[in-house]
Amino acid sequence: MFTRNLTIICALGALAQPAMAQDATRTSAALPETLESTGERAPMEVPNSSADEVGVIAPAENAYGIGQPATEDEIAAINIDVMPDGTGLPEGSGTYAEGEELYETICAACHGSDMMGVSELGAPRLIGGRGTLASDAPVKTVESYWPYASTFFDYTHRAMPMNEPGSLSADEVYAISAYVLGKAGITSTEPDSVMDADAMSKVVMPNADGFVSDPRPDVGE
Amino acid sequence: MSVTERFPESLYAPAERRMAEALVEIERQAMEDAEDCDCKEGMFNGLTRRGLLMGGVALGGSALAGGRARAEAPPGAIEYDVQPDPTKEQGRLILDDGGYGSRSQFESEVRWRYPTASIDSSWSMTPLASGRGMITPSGLHFERHHGGIPAIDPQTHELFLHGMVDKPMRFTMDDLKRLPSVSKIHFIECSGNGLTEWAKPTLKTVQGTHGLTSTSEWTGVRLSTLLEMAGVQDSAAWILAEGADAAVMTRSVPIDKAMDDAILAYAQNGEAIRPEQGYPLRLLLPGYEGNTHIKWLRRLEVSDKPFMTREETSKYTDLMPDGTARQFSLAMEAKSVITFPSGAMKLPRAGFYEVTGIAWSGRGKIAKVEVSADGGSTWQEATLDSPVLDKCHTRFRLPWTWTGEEAVLQSRAVDETGYVQPTLEKLVEVRGLKSVYHLNAIQSWHIAPDGEVTNVHA
Repeated sequence: MFTRNLTIICALGALAQPAMAQDATRTSAALPETLESTGERAPMEVPNSSADEVGVIAPAENAYGIGQPATEDEIAAINIDVMPDGTGLPEGSGTYAEGEELYETICAACHGSDMMGVSELGAPRLIGGRGTLASDAPVKTVESYWPYASTFFDYTHRAMPMNEPGSLSADEVYAISAYVLGKAGITSTEPDSVMDADAMSKVVMPNADGFVSDPRPDVGE
Repeated sequence: MSVTERFPESLYAPAERRMAEALVEIERQAMEDAEDCDCKEGMFNGLTRRGLLMGGVALGGSALAGGRARAEAPPGAIEYDVQPDPTKEQGRLILDDGGYGSRSQFESEVRWRYPTASIDSSWSMTPLASGRGMITPSGLHFERHHGGIPAIDPQTHELFLHGMVDKPMRFTMDDLKRLPSVSKIHFIECSGNGLTEWAKPTLKTVQGTHGLTSTSEWTGVRLSTLLEMAGVQDSAAWILAEGADAAVMTRSVPIDKAMDDAILAYAQNGEAIRPEQGYPLRLLLPGYEGNTHIKWLRRLEVSDKPFMTREETSKYTDLMPDGTARQFSLAMEAKSVITFPSGAMKLPRAGFYEVTGIAWSGRGKIAKVEVSADGGSTWQEATLDSPVLDKCHTRFRLPWTWTGEEAVLQSRAVDETGYVQPTLEKLVEVRGLKSVYHLNAIQSWHIAPDGEVTNVHA
């Protein structure tokens, strides 16, 4: 019976308790407060608009007085994407030699010093494979498959390395790009060769023309 | 306050009153040795701090609650002592589970993680074989993550909408929940569903071959509402959707789709969206390949061009026999699969079985599902459960008597555009064996005379 009582008390605790005092750092939701006299759990708080001024409300014209303008600074802080024409490439630069050092320190553990990938880690091969796409054993790498160098910059900058995503500076990503694209035989392997926004937007990848738009439905009865 | 006042007959039936009285008595007993009590309010006034702690612990999932150690129970269940005769003693008390509910300790269906090399980038599959109806329980919805599941506080999460709009905007989750909303039931299917099955039958169960599709009711704001608020400029053609996970996942979405039926979903099956499904906010693009339904959505950028992100160039593109690759193959084409009987089951003996499964199309409603028991030589039209919804799992059923002889079960879906689910042979004829994604061919289950069901290419 004691266990049963404990159970009941637990249930009561869950049912009846007001919100616990919150620590400075929120890590989970507080339990709803209870309403006086009936003990019901309080319903959710009604969400409040973040708008400073409600302004004109005209739902038919999509004016709800909800949300707020995003400032240029706010957008710039998270607008990290890079497009094939170079739009979004940040200032900065890096050399092939700098890239080699960075690659060995940061990237090689997963992708291999030879850039052939480490399959046990799920880290893909980065170079080689040109001319294999039409074969029975296609090798899809940055070199053989990726249509735009911008994608390499964008992805490396936003999501690499796996153990510390988003930690690389623009200079570091330029340098690593110079090294990987150099090893791929796409850009210069001169140690002093520089990769920056201008150089990156001029890179033509080997498989740039390898993509076609979706023609489906493609299988008739 | 007397018991009568506390639980008036007008509000409480006799059994409820007795239960309530018992609760009060237990509470009183607990109070007797209470050292302090600073919480005198509500119906259950006088609950002790000890009770509070216990309640908190119970909610935290400890083994304290009525049953035995929870570790013994299947995920999502609490293991209770099984009563020899439940009609001869009281059952367990209401809210023993902390108030959220749990499934029976006799049910153990779980998602299965496909054994990718990296555990950070992986997927789990829905147990379709035991699925019923058209809805996938939220806890069994398939997952695909590229950088793990982030824990995001909804009070600090924001969505930015910028680029080729007249008024760049910023929304809190509260803002989004105040805007006009919709609830729609839609499937999401990963375009990699079935990727192991192109060349030869590889995985044994329907969970393995087809478990990257699930259906939920999704609630949220239409993306078109936000786009109209911000004022999309004339030359806009694509929108980048970006997640707040470690992969900072990005995909480009055609503006026409965004204006048509895209939803910024904050709820799934009637409650807040699950963390692994994108809490607090995911993009829902009905009928589009799963990867585009960006989870943990934090940013939308309108442009006149696609962004050519990693996923839409190097990953979710379909390599053809000539070495070119198809890009932006976004709609998931009509597909169906028999979920019962299905691979690795064993029919115990000849007799009656209801053949059942699901069909779906990213281009609209399912119009018809046919079932064959002879490897596609003859077909019988199956019954479709209603409602048959747009871009949604549709349950089909067909009564079947197994004679005990060898059989090959297949299902074939037709959608409202007239598209007929192809055979694998026809699909491979056009696409070869290297395209990885978008395998929507007819699935075959072989029934051996001993009742063994196996995955075959027929």
